[in-house]
Amino acid sequence: MITLKINGAQKNWDGDPDLPLLWFLRDEIGLTGTKYGCGQALCGACTVIVDKQAVRACITSVSDVVNRDVTTIEGLHPTGDHAVQKAWRQLNVPQCGFCQVGQIMQAAALLLENPKPNHDQIREAMAGNICRCGCYQRIENAVHLASTGV
Amino acid sequence: MNIITNPKKLRGFERYVKVDNVSRRSILKGLGLAGGFVLAAPVMSRPGFAAYKTGAGEMPHGTVVDPRVFVAIAPDGIVTIVAHRAEMGTGVRTSLPMIVAEELEADWTRVRIQQAHGDEVKFGNQDTDGSRSTRHYLIPMRQIGASARTMLEGAAAKRWGVPATEVKAVNHEVVHSASGRRIGFGDLAADAAKQSVPSVEGLRLKDPKDFRYLGKGQISMVDLRDITVGTARYGADVRLAGMKYAVIARPPVTGGKVASFDGAAAMKVSGVEKVLEVKGWPWPSKFQPLGGVAVIARNTGAAIKGRDALKIVWDDGANGKYESVAYRAELEEAARKPGLVVRKEGDVEAALKGADKVIVAEYYLPHIAHVAMEPPVAVADVKGDKAEIWGPVQSAGGTREDVAKTLGIPQENVTVNVTLLGGGFGRKSKCDFALEAALLSKELGAPVKVQWTREDDIRNGFLHTVSVERIEAGLDKGGKVTAWRHRSVAPSIASTFAAGALHQAPFELGMGLVDMPFEIANVQCENPEAAARTRIGWFRSVSNIPRAFAVQSMVAEIAHATKRDQKDMLLELIGSPRIVKLDSVKDLWNYGEPYDSYPIDTARLRKVVELVADKGGWGRSVPKGHGLGIAAHRSFVSYIATIVEVAVDDKGKLTVPRVDTAIDCGTYVNPERIQSQIEGAAIMGLSLAKHGAVTFKDGKVQQGNFDDCPLLRIDESPAVTNVYIAPAGPDTPPSGVGEPGVPPFAPALINAIFAATGKRIRALPIGKQLEA
Repeated sequence: MITLKINGAQKNWDGDPDLPLLWFLRDEIGLTGTKYGCGQALCGACTVIVDKQAVRACITSVSDVVNRDVTTIEGLHPTGDHAVQKAWRQLNVPQCGFCQVGQIMQAAALLLENPKPNHDQIREAMAGNICRCGCYQRIENAVHLASTGV
Repeated sequence: MNIITNPKKLRGFERYVKVDNVSRRSILKGLGLAGGFVLAAPVMSRPGFAAYKTGAGEMPHGTVVDPRVFVAIAPDGIVTIVAHRAEMGTGVRTSLPMIVAEELEADWTRVRIQQAHGDEVKFGNQDTDGSRSTRHYLIPMRQIGASARTMLEGAAAKRWGVPATEVKAVNHEVVHSASGRRIGFGDLAADAAKQSVPSVEGLRLKDPKDFRYLGKGQISMVDLRDITVGTARYGADVRLAGMKYAVIARPPVTGGKVASFDGAAAMKVSGVEKVLEVKGWPWPSKFQPLGGVAVIARNTGAAIKGRDALKIVWDDGANGKYESVAYRAELEEAARKPGLVVRKEGDVEAALKGADKVIVAEYYLPHIAHVAMEPPVAVADVKGDKAEIWGPVQSAGGTREDVAKTLGIPQENVTVNVTLLGGGFGRKSKCDFALEAALLSKELGAPVKVQWTREDDIRNGFLHTVSVERIEAGLDKGGKVTAWRHRSVAPSIASTFAAGALHQAPFELGMGLVDMPFEIANVQCENPEAAARTRIGWFRSVSNIPRAFAVQSMVAEIAHATKRDQKDMLLELIGSPRIVKLDSVKDLWNYGEPYDSYPIDTARLRKVVELVADKGGWGRSVPKGHGLGIAAHRSFVSYIATIVEVAVDDKGKLTVPRVDTAIDCGTYVNPERIQSQIEGAAIMGLSLAKHGAVTFKDGKVQQGNFDDCPLLRIDESPAVTNVYIAPAGPDTPPSGVGEPGVPPFAPALINAIFAATGKRIRALPIGKQLEA
């Protein structure tokens, strides 16, 4: 039996300890905000925050995050009003929206580490998150906005 | 011979009865909202009318203009508007209801959206593709809103005992200004429902100068908040009690099948419950599943792990030797010989012979995969002769038909719930993934989710075609182009529907080949044969991508050869402002639109070139290693021109400091979403030009994920993308937005690279070509 801490709540798992965290979140405990995009940490759609770092849930096994704080989009902010979320809405960032949870979690993790990233630092930090609709210009502007006050 | 002569029938071959009468029963099922419009009046279908005609009525099931189908008003005043098209990021789920709200005089903050399930008899055509939603539905949605408004006004007038002409709906109330009385929509809803539905012909539409929402762009997508907090529901997010999770190992070669398999090791994987062979259809079979071996588990992770442990022997079938390098050579060989003539003006042969100079170039575009961020996925719950589907489908009505046919049950027994689409780009016009889920649910007697992995998506999709475009341009002594021969060779989408399709269908020929708008005396377009070796499908902007790449590259090649400015050359070739006559084209598709309403108008093409040149600073001086390129293209009956600035360093590293795009899409609804679509098109254009290629060896796709099939990332994206929307005349019909941004991007980029480096790229993707 493994016990995980997801958004502050204890969750138990007695199945395969190698199960990727992504599928535990989505299929076993119904936190579907975190998305599947590639399964190989190549696109960032499944980004969650573990302790204070952005982590790709698709290649992180449940046993890797025992005794660590996992934050998903559902736990990012109690009313969904994290500065990054607000900036995203203010600039109408999304198109289809599917990658945006991963983008938002990555941006939130970036601001934890570097509250005032410059243009190049934003692009570097967000380069692991693919958006097929091509919202990059707005993503960059929204991260900048979130860092300077929404 | 093309198999498909009427592209409007492409969704299937066997159907397409235009429905003139909406059955009372289907209407009465209605919205089912308590306190909504009570559906009492006799029901009849209402074809739209407008100052201009569109092809909407020719689509399967046409349009339905009936406020009782699309609008419900609750006693508390909340107005519910049905969104009957699929949302995949274009904003259609916001924009079409916004049109209804505008005419209805509804206050947008008191409007709620309800997604329609798949039912084209009730809602009209639901194929969300071809950049058609606004152009086909602007007028019908206005009529629906105006009709509901008229019923509310009629109810208020009756209550007050005054003529209807004295009352007016204003911002969620009806007002009688003479007496100062006013009643909210909620208080009028029940009475309004008793009003007869007014005739469409008698409706008063708002004067555009009074619009509050249309053309303004201040309203955000209705799904915006849900997307940012993770509650937006996509196909994969649907969870049903007792639902099983499935992944399927599909034949790696198109037309292949399972010879034998061993699922013993898969069954040992923790969480795996069952391994079974699933039915496939022989290729080509439209959107029917490929078949293979399914692994059923308690979660998706276990199903994937189980699938990895399967041992399968495949019978590859006839396409087992498909190989991309050799196929390109085949296409090039075909392009160098005469082919089926599909447009002919003057005598191109003689004009080329008599030319002072002939410029010849061949342009190659490989297969491209859609790679929507949400891979195909669907949930099905089949019980007896009833089926319910949840999924990200672009074609809800078509999915319903195909599920019914595949399961052998009546359409009325199939409910298709449309979730948000995590990107579509044409991939999700094909409902194979929903059919797989339906078949598995039937087999297992339980709800099933079929999840495609990224590898499945890239290896088992419906790829963009692969093409060689060969253009020969003959110039006289003065440098004027007098001859233009364009041979276009590519396997057709028709090959996915039926065997033996060797030529492009009219709807493919009409995307930048036979509709080429240049003013040249001798023009000939030819389409040599090409046999498909894999499934070919629509990809955002379809054949316009290779055609615009070729034609607009050629313009710059001619400009260079004759020492002229690219933009001047482009305007010279477009020629005088005129309506292009294409008498020699037997079947000018014109995106399904009547030519009277949507002609090829070179004045509008010139206008976007001039607009982007002006706003985008064409001719500005740029630093060393930088270059500017321009391209213009009409597609989906919109006009668009793009300028790209590139920088190429001495190691061949390409960056894009700036992109400027001008679009004329006629009357427009939501400029904010137009801007986002064009910004995104630049990214997709740059992505396919730089990286996008799916290649085959031994019949199998060689790529599988974002490592070997890369998409553009933010650190490669243009520093700035500016979008200019050309103002439209008051009666200019609306035209496409979702797709037209893509085609001109690659040639503008390639022309810019030439300006920067002197290297002319004629085969995409660019890959390492600049490093040489």
